[in-house]
Amino acid sequence: MSVIEALPPGVTMIIGALAIPFLRGVLQKVWILILPLLVLGLVWGVPDGASVFVSFLDYTLIPVKGDALSRLFAIIFSIMAFAGGLFALNHCRTMEITAAFIYAGSAIGVTFAGDILTLFLFWEAMALGSTAVLLTANTPQASRAAMRYLTVHILGGSLLLVGIIVQISTTGDIVFSAMKPDSLATWMILLGFLINAAAVPLSAWLPDAYPEASPGGMVFLSAFTTKTAVYVLIRGFPGTEILIFIGLGMVFYGIIYALLENDMRRILAYSIVNQVGFMVTGVGIGTEMALNGAAAHAFTHIIYKALLLMSAGSVLLMTGKRKCSDLGGLFQSMPLTTVCGIIGALSISSFPLTSGFISKSMISQAAADETLTTVYFLLAAASAGVFLHAGIKFPWFVFFQKDSGLRPPDPPLNMRLAMILFAVLCIGLGVFPEPLYALLPFPVDYVPYKAGKVLGMMELLLFSGLAFFICLPLMKRTLTISLDVDWFYRRALPWLARSLVALFAPVDRGVRTAFLGGLNRGMERLFRYAGPKGPWARTMRAGAMVYWALSLLLVYLVMYLA
Amino acid sequence: MTKKPKKTDKGMKTAKPSGSVNKTEAPLHWLVRPETIRKLWTGGGVLLTVLVVLELWVHPKGYFGIDATFGFNAWYGFIVCVAMVVGAKGLGIFLKREDTYYERD
Repeated sequence: MSVIEALPPGVTMIIGALAIPFLRGVLQKVWILILPLLVLGLVWGVPDGASVFVSFLDYTLIPVKGDALSRLFAIIFSIMAFAGGLFALNHCRTMEITAAFIYAGSAIGVTFAGDILTLFLFWEAMALGSTAVLLTANTPQASRAAMRYLTVHILGGSLLLVGIIVQISTTGDIVFSAMKPDSLATWMILLGFLINAAAVPLSAWLPDAYPEASPGGMVFLSAFTTKTAVYVLIRGFPGTEILIFIGLGMVFYGIIYALLENDMRRILAYSIVNQVGFMVTGVGIGTEMALNGAAAHAFTHIIYKALLLMSAGSVLLMTGKRKCSDLGGLFQSMPLTTVCGIIGALSISSFPLTSGFISKSMISQAAADETLTTVYFLLAAASAGVFLHAGIKFPWFVFFQKDSGLRPPDPPLNMRLAMILFAVLCIGLGVFPEPLYALLPFPVDYVPYKAGKVLGMMELLLFSGLAFFICLPLMKRTLTISLDVDWFYRRALPWLARSLVALFAPVDRGVRTAFLGGLNRGMERLFRYAGPKGPWARTMRAGAMVYWALSLLLVYLVMYLA
Repeated sequence: MTKKPKKTDKGMKTAKPSGSVNKTEAPLHWLVRPETIRKLWTGGGVLLTVLVVLELWVHPKGYFGIDATFGFNAWYGFIVCVAMVVGAKGLGIFLKREDTYYERD
């Protein structure tokens, strides 16, 4: 039995996570840090092809099947679990880290699932793990958000399950491979995947739920659900044209809503949708360059988004505030958090020498190579928009702008170390992209650093920065939220239910009152005739009996003779 | 003109060692003093100008004609961002609600 057969990476992570509540003190902390590294080692050792088989009913499941794409996602999920665990050590509860690690292990399980049934099992375990992360934040808002989150994911999971069952019964094949949305079953599978990707118009669950998690909880949540969705789209639906339009919709949805938002972590939540939009667009383009770009961007995105959320989470933990209108001037007392937040912001904006530049530019390059003119120019506009809403807006309103007077120090050591690790990775991958390129699913023939390309990107970004500061008066922070599709299930549906109750209650009451009234009247009448004093209950005299018997005989005789 | 504040050992009055949050009237940090902001605007303007002028020697790669023209990335980045801010502002008229909108239920 090989090591991978004995210790499948995803299952190892989940079982290891279940051990966390039984450990105490330093041992628990050490285990939280060692477990993801152990799993990273296992992931690294997963060979190409199927390496674990399990018989289930008439099918042979393939819980572990490796290739470059699977390993790429599993590697970054393991690294993320390590950094997330390090960040969460001091402030997340034991159950929260346990749930987060089960969530991470399930995500790793999805990436290695060789068949669609195994994929579904880990997919649903992910939904439960992430819901538990939200619930363990232990606030009423988080609990309500967790229920809404779970409802949406149960809907997505149900669509996926029905699609999978129909697909298997039609084809008889359970291997998870590339599909085309050309039947109801594959459409349902695609829809199930897209709900987890927070694709428009069903994006609202993400900015609704994630910002309600704890500082460390949101760091975990930002990494796994949407990126496993990107993974399954790359493997399951490469080159599906509709994904280009959905991706571009996500890109601009994220920008517009983030520009309107006041809550710093909701800004970053909208920007997750925006960034996943770039990846979904890449999957829709579907060339090797585009799929490499989508995969690479998922890898770098997990790092810089986690860094941004660690920075925002540190601010939340140290100040207790999350609205931009309450923050500002924090660079004075939180220098490390500020610098790390800025590095994350530059990375998400694809600044040259940061990780975002070496990944996102591959997707634009793929659009150019395929002469997708409109897509190319929209992606360029979106790149400028990312700098606008996340690159400048987040650090400006949180760390600079007006001085809020708040002077919290940088967060505790473990949180600082986690931020430093990811900041170093953001810059490191930006300067030396080759190690990441070597992990990508297809051979890379791409040079990101050409003078003209760098100059063009710098112009695009810095002039969008100029636009930001010129338009600042238009972006005055207000104590508002923006209506989204979740309005339908948070306001419209409850209102509809209340209205229907209000409309039908009087009718229902009237019908029931009339029925009961009729019943009562009937009973009274019956009682009047058949009750103890009623005429039917009276004892008849013998003379009367003879009279009635003779009358009946007479009637009979008359009828007989007639 | 802002009165020059009295400096402490860290150049500012506050910053408690613990995780507590303290609101005070802090002196202006050098980075947010008006003269620094003026210098930053000047430096930013010079940087933007230099970037565009550099196109005389370094040509950003174009794929569709217009993106290879002089200064394209500069004006495109600026205009689309202004359009997005204005567009978001316009949409905000219809979409924005007070942040207790859902809590009232």
